[in-house]
Amino acid sequence: MVPIWWYIVLGVVLFVIGAAGVLLRRNILVVLMSLELLLNSVNINFIAFGRYHADFRGQIFAIFVIAITAAEVAVALGILVALVRNKSTLKIDDVTVMKG
Amino acid sequence: MDEGFFLLFATVSVATALTMVLARNPVHSALALMACFLNISAIFVLLEAPLLAVIQIFVYVGAIMVLFVFVIMMIDVREAVLQRFLPGGNLPALVLLVLLGVEMLVLVLWSDRFSVMEPVAMSGGDDVRQLGTALFAEYLLPFETASVILLAALVGAIMLARKEQG
Repeated sequence: MVPIWWYIVLGVVLFVIGAAGVLLRRNILVVLMSLELLLNSVNINFIAFGRYHADFRGQIFAIFVIAITAAEVAVALGILVALVRNKSTLKIDDVTVMKG
Repeated sequence: MDEGFFLLFATVSVATALTMVLARNPVHSALALMACFLNISAIFVLLEAPLLAVIQIFVYVGAIMVLFVFVIMMIDVREAVLQRFLPGGNLPALVLLVLLGVEMLVLVLWSDRFSVMEPVAMSGGDDVRQLGTALFAEYLLPFETASVILLAALVGAIMLARKEQG
């Protein structure tokens, strides 16, 4: 059988790659995709712990995470379309409207 | 047997995730992310969560990635493609990421709690039925809340993407 820390290490690696995408990339689309990757790595941990402790709640919380991610992506892409229509830029450094 | 499949899926998912971050063209990023999600759903199958694997394919590969590809089609990405991506461009963020990864790996590998080899035996083979019962009985209120949040996101996305005309 696969020991549980293999799954957790896979989650860690995917989380760090996703965080690298969020922090290092300047393209808003790629930043959003990296956010998806972050949430997926958390889901792997939820399901692995749920399986190794014979508890359904891990899978249930993973379902909720997926539902909230779908809502987040819909709103974020709507904001992105509105942003491109108004400012016509995809670089995250050019979007400084909320800067104090 | 399981170890071999896990190593295969984990390697491919990490490689496609790296491709997603490093690719210059957002279309390539989206395709690599789709491959990564497919591999993660295979890992869910290995974890004996077939319902989650199907939901992963339906929601992420079916819905979210189609949404991404549609938005990439609508938006002119040529200007974004032209910009050069240097991994060493942002040194403090890079150092922070290395620290974060090393810290998490050290914490996981040092702890004794994660050395469990055998999962606790599941009761019977009717996992999906028990999962559905727990979801709709014990977690009914969070489930309905999630549906309201999805409806609000739907209306909000339509409002945001609509053209301004009075």
